Amino acid sequence: MEALIGAGPLLLQGFWVTVSVAVLALALASVLGALAAAARLGGGPVGRGAAAAYSTVVRGIPDLVTILIIYFAGQRLVNALAGAVGLEGVDVSAYAAGVLAIGFIYGAYLAETFRGAWLAVPRGQIEAGVALGLSRSRLLWRIAAPQLMRHALPGYANVWQVLVKSTAVVSVIGLSDLVGLALKVGRRERDPFTFMLAVLVAYLLITAVSGWALARAEKRLARGT
Amino acid sequence: MEAMCAAAAAASEAGSPWFFNPCLVLSEAPRWVEGVWITLHLTALALVFGFVLALPMACARAARAPVVDTLVRGYVYVFRGSPLLVQLFLIYYGLAQFGFVRDSLLWPVLRDAWWCCLIAFTLNSAAYQTEILRGALVATAKGDREACAALGMSPWLAARRVLIPGALRRALPQLGNETVFMLHGSAIASLVTIQDILGVGRLVNGRYYVVYEGLLTAAALYMALTWLVVWGVARLERRYLRHLAR
Repeated sequence: MEALIGAGPLLLQGFWVTVSVAVLALALASVLGALAAAARLGGGPVGRGAAAAYSTVVRGIPDLVTILIIYFAGQRLVNALAGAVGLEGVDVSAYAAGVLAIGFIYGAYLAETFRGAWLAVPRGQIEAGVALGLSRSRLLWRIAAPQLMRHALPGYANVWQVLVKSTAVVSVIGLSDLVGLALKVGRRERDPFTFMLAVLVAYLLITAVSGWALARAEKRLARGT
Repeated sequence: MEAMCAAAAAASEAGSPWFFNPCLVLSEAPRWVEGVWITLHLTALALVFGFVLALPMACARAARAPVVDTLVRGYVYVFRGSPLLVQLFLIYYGLAQFGFVRDSLLWPVLRDAWWCCLIAFTLNSAAYQTEILRGALVATAKGDREACAALGMSPWLAARRVLIPGALRRALPQLGNETVFMLHGSAIASLVTIQDILGVGRLVNGRYYVVYEGLLTAAALYMALTWLVVWGVARLERRYLRHLAR
């Protein structure tokens, strides 16, 4: 127990790495998800095909495998490209690879959420907006977006909860996240049980706090329905 | 074959980053077969044992059994709220530090990485399946219960003949999702020395100093297995959820 308290500051660092990877990955996933959903809904045959391929590939492969591929194969490609233009090899940071991989994976899941939310907005409202002569962007921001958020939030919250848990595997590519640090220090202190238990509690804390906040947000966005 | 492999190895050594040498994959064919078997075996056992644990827990929750309901809710919350990897590490690295575990009869089991994986995966899957089955049980139509009561069925008979079979049908799509989730989740077994699909992939990469061959083959195998599961579940749904087919 004293060892755990002694390692507190270090573990806190790991905690922030985990949380920041999760948040950045969510941001990336949101962008990719929105793009994929847009391609799926109105992207023509090429866009639709690409979006479908993205979703099929990502959903078929375990997170851990995707992360390893992006990290190791990405490193190899970057080196090759650098070599081709006559530069020295560059190190791909594990942090960037982790964010990229998790964002890439969960973008595919968010695409489904966004697509469903868009389809849940009644067509008549869009038509009414067009009839009022609203511009495309105003139509999007004033009519579609508020309802989109309402319909998308439950699915978005779900994806976030799963995404947070998937950050546990980034330690595999050498990132000093909460899991990686706790395992290293825990084994050195010959007390991995206590350290891992602390990590488990930390994850429960993240899921509980974000679950509570998201439930509140859901209530707020759903007011009046 | 030999000549082809030699040519491939030469091209690979020339350092083309795009090059994928199929010979490295094929020459390890028995290992891959073994890896697929280990992945399937672990996944299937975890799902089955998880189901066996989940069914009574789901019934207790659906029936709001006092005390048990709260305990099960706590269990489900802990195992669904934390990463599977942390649960596995807790069992694999954590339990071994206690003298009473090492002295107990269970030590031959808990010392073995394979068993640690099976235990972690089973407990995790049981939590998810409890929630799935609880939802399906709670969604039982009121008329079903009333019909059971009108026929004078005992609660046990009603559960066995009507409530549980009905719930299993409704749960089918989500149980299919859980199967895919477990299949993918089982890849972390490779982190505790198990030679499952990903384990073999990393072994191939390490042995030949390559990047793509092992990982991409592993990815392709996982994808094929995922499609197999999705296809199988769709077939089951066609059979057992025919009344819902459009």
